[in-house]
Amino acid sequence: MKLKTLAAALMLTAGIPLAAQATDLEVTHWWTSGGEAAAVAEFAKAFNDGGDKWVDGAIAGSGGVARPIIISRIIGGDPMGATQLNHGRQAEELVEAGLMLDLTEIAEAEGWRDLVNPVRLLDGCTVDGKIYCVPVNIHSPQWLWLSHEAYEKAGVAVPANWDEFVASAPKLREAGIVPLAMGQQSWQTQLAFDTMMVAVGGIDLYKSILSDKDAKAAASAEATAVFEAYAAARSLSEGSNVQDWNQATNMVITAKAGGQIMGDWAQGEFQVANQVAGEDYTCLPGLGVNEVIATGGDAFYFPKNDDPEITAAQKRMASQMISKEVQVAFNLKKGSLPIRGDVDLTAANDCMKKGLKILADGNILPDGVNVQSADTQGQIQDLMVEFWNSTDITAADAQKRYVAIIEDAD
Amino acid sequence: MADTSATNSETTTMVGPRGRKPKRALSPRNIMLYGTLIVIAMYYLLPLYVMVVTSLKGMPEIRLGNVFSPPVEITFEPWVKAWSEACTGLNCDGLSRGFWNSVRIMVPSVAISILIASVNGYALANWRFKGANIFFTILIFGAFIPYQVMIYPIVIILREMGLYTKLGGLVIVHTVFGMPILTLLFRNYFSSVPEELFKAARVDGAGFWGIYFRIMLPMSLPIFVVAIILQVTGIWNDFLFGVIYTKPENYPMTVQLNNIVNSVQGVKEYNVNMAATLLTGLVPLFVYFVSGKLFVRGIAAGAVKG
Amino acid sequence: MAQTGRPTQLFRNMSAKIAAIPMVLTALVVFVGATLWTVYHSFTKSKLLPNSKLVGLDQYERLWSQNRWLISIENLAIYGICSMIFSLVIGFLLAAMLDQKIRFENTFRSIFLYPFALSFIVTGLVWQWILNPEFGIQKIIRSLGFEEFVFDPLYNPDIVIYGVLIAGLWQGTGLIMCLMLAGLRGIDEDIWKAARVDGIPMWKTYVFIIIPMMRAVFITTLVIIASGIVKVYDLVVAQTSGGPGIASEVPAKYVYDYMFKNQNLGQGFAASTMMLLSVLVIVIPWAYLEFKGERSRG
Repeated sequence: MKLKTLAAALMLTAGIPLAAQATDLEVTHWWTSGGEAAAVAEFAKAFNDGGDKWVDGAIAGSGGVARPIIISRIIGGDPMGATQLNHGRQAEELVEAGLMLDLTEIAEAEGWRDLVNPVRLLDGCTVDGKIYCVPVNIHSPQWLWLSHEAYEKAGVAVPANWDEFVASAPKLREAGIVPLAMGQQSWQTQLAFDTMMVAVGGIDLYKSILSDKDAKAAASAEATAVFEAYAAARSLSEGSNVQDWNQATNMVITAKAGGQIMGDWAQGEFQVANQVAGEDYTCLPGLGVNEVIATGGDAFYFPKNDDPEITAAQKRMASQMISKEVQVAFNLKKGSLPIRGDVDLTAANDCMKKGLKILADGNILPDGVNVQSADTQGQIQDLMVEFWNSTDITAADAQKRYVAIIEDAD
Repeated sequence: MADTSATNSETTTMVGPRGRKPKRALSPRNIMLYGTLIVIAMYYLLPLYVMVVTSLKGMPEIRLGNVFSPPVEITFEPWVKAWSEACTGLNCDGLSRGFWNSVRIMVPSVAISILIASVNGYALANWRFKGANIFFTILIFGAFIPYQVMIYPIVIILREMGLYTKLGGLVIVHTVFGMPILTLLFRNYFSSVPEELFKAARVDGAGFWGIYFRIMLPMSLPIFVVAIILQVTGIWNDFLFGVIYTKPENYPMTVQLNNIVNSVQGVKEYNVNMAATLLTGLVPLFVYFVSGKLFVRGIAAGAVKG
Repeated sequence: MAQTGRPTQLFRNMSAKIAAIPMVLTALVVFVGATLWTVYHSFTKSKLLPNSKLVGLDQYERLWSQNRWLISIENLAIYGICSMIFSLVIGFLLAAMLDQKIRFENTFRSIFLYPFALSFIVTGLVWQWILNPEFGIQKIIRSLGFEEFVFDPLYNPDIVIYGVLIAGLWQGTGLIMCLMLAGLRGIDEDIWKAARVDGIPMWKTYVFIIIPMMRAVFITTLVIIASGIVKVYDLVVAQTSGGPGIASEVPAKYVYDYMFKNQNLGQGFAASTMMLLSVLVIVIPWAYLEFKGERSRG
């Protein structure tokens, strides 16, 4: 009781000059690579310029390391001010347990529903009609990145699609270049598979397997073709003994590898290495076959807090993250697309422009992270990394196991 | 069973190595023995050599050469970078950020965990009460439980105690997880103390705490050294508990190490990684090399009587 | 107190019991409590947060149908058995060699012990590098003229677990050596003298006389090695991340990944319950040996 009165009194006295109030807000995220850190610095700069203080809680090692920390802090009753999480399925339970701050009020006041494009991103933040997170960018996994230098060395033209890429592989090998760079982490092999599904299997197949969890589609002949293409691609990555995605990207940057299938976040790495899209490297959305992109992305959640000052600061941060200037600054550094259609991106490079055009045309797909549970994704990843690394597993075996996972998917 | 009084009261050198006395310095047996030892020592030293050599090279040299070749041009830049410049997220002040936090976490955690475990061991060895063995068995069982499983239950326990994200909470966690092995060591040590000493103290009217402070503590320096070494190493190297049960302003050095090693800024900077690794390991390494002799002596006392 | 007669049993128990309160609390609240909590939740459908939606044995059925879990167990068995044998053998041999009145004993001992000061993360990282075919041992040997030489344990699914073992032994055998050395130093000089008088060869003295006398040391050592084996996680993550493919997965990693990466706590708890069951198989014989010996000591 006493505490509440005290808090109320504080709120009254602090109420008027709230805008000038300086509050420390701890922010947890796993953006620690070069391009990522530069991007997150834009958020911090904007927040600090507003008179508050961004306390950085970066934890390297992506979701697997950061997630127990984030969830422990939230269920332990001493949460951080804001935290990165992939929106959609991952945070559902935390929202349902009433642990997240409801942002509906500012979202309505600022008209997020009209700003955010595609609006589906905001749906990922919505539970029971209320908005709980701020989508900050659009990431699409379906890209093929190609090194111009590598193809020059091998004496072949830079491929324009997946089939040409496969056909040019022997030439690259002759020149001592690994055709396809692939990191060992399991999510990378899954990403490659989903991307090949769009390119080889087609958009309808992708949608019915991922969104509708249709096991029949997963068992179909179209899907078999994807598994076969994937099996055939295994030999292309022989000799790429790297773990992390950005080490694999670095192989492309240094022309040790011809190409890599990776999301548009790879662009941040090319940028840090001072490479120019269209001159030093080429990017092919949907592997150059079906020019579509999935609209996954990152979002920030704001765990509920008893302290009204923190709540006010959380709301300030939320509306900053979605504001025009911050969106532009952040996404240019991150190599991702902004979540609002009304920003000026003349500074964008070739690859980003390709992405923006696809987005404007509405050629978009749901992202696996948003429609599949982490559990289902984890199982697919286990299967794909095993399939990719052991040639004993035939395409038919892998497909059978994949169908079983889709049958049980939630 | 070994002669326990000898183990406790005499120094290592007095108990002395056994086996046949060496006859000539260059006997075939000695050549074999030292040859084998030197070869094995090389296997143990190889990674240290690689770490040191790599940490002194520049990145271009690392890309060209192999891991074993000595640096052509020695540079201390990776060390400077690891200590004070490497970025984790927005903070570009390297390992130095976490060093004092690690010290602040380590000192009370080591002190309290050892104090409690030594009293436990003493009670189990000399004042056995009904059911003690059951609790002790549970404790040993606890040594096998994977830490990850305990994360959420402990968050809930600490929350109920009001200690979550407080330094005190982390100290409790380290005390709890250090308890099984430490209690085992202390129990074995104290039960090797001669019964007569204990009885004489009882006759003089000393009670539980009296005997602990006046008889047991003064004669158990070696086992305390062992416990300190084990705990310093364990707590200093801990990442999981340090990051889950505290806040960023209290994050230990291992969090920065993880961030430096696991986040790649373009190319993996092996030299900085190795320098960071060595810097992080310096504190336990220092403790080991300084107290190596006491370590063996203490272990001797603690382990002999199982 | 001595004047008022012998302290009563109750009084004696009281002091010890008060002193043992932290231990009792730890044992009951943390270890037993958390174990029961884990076992209970392994029968639920807990996802991101623990909940109480019971689903019977579903999680266990799924667990045992996972290829990855089976590989994890197989790896742990290989790693465990090899690590147990090699740790004991290498640890004992090193200790026996150091026990030959050699010079520079301190130096050798420090060299064998120092890896224990480094965390598994660091150990994994360094060995990942030494075993990397592009920079490490393979490259050196090839540059000496053996062009066909292949040594890439971390990139070969069939032998990757042995690559992990090399690093694990490097880190842990020093401590085992110290324990063994301590045990050897506790053996009475007269035993050696008697054996020498009888003309028993040295190796026979070790195998048939000394080792049986070191039973207690071996038990302590086994507990320490075994608890390390069951929990092996960081080393694998740092060295191979479970790869290539899923060839070096271990149970603790399965638990961790399911709990936090795949957000399926129930599945993770089911896996850890299986691990805890297997731990009972180690701890119960240990307790039996330990306390049987104690009773006979009086």
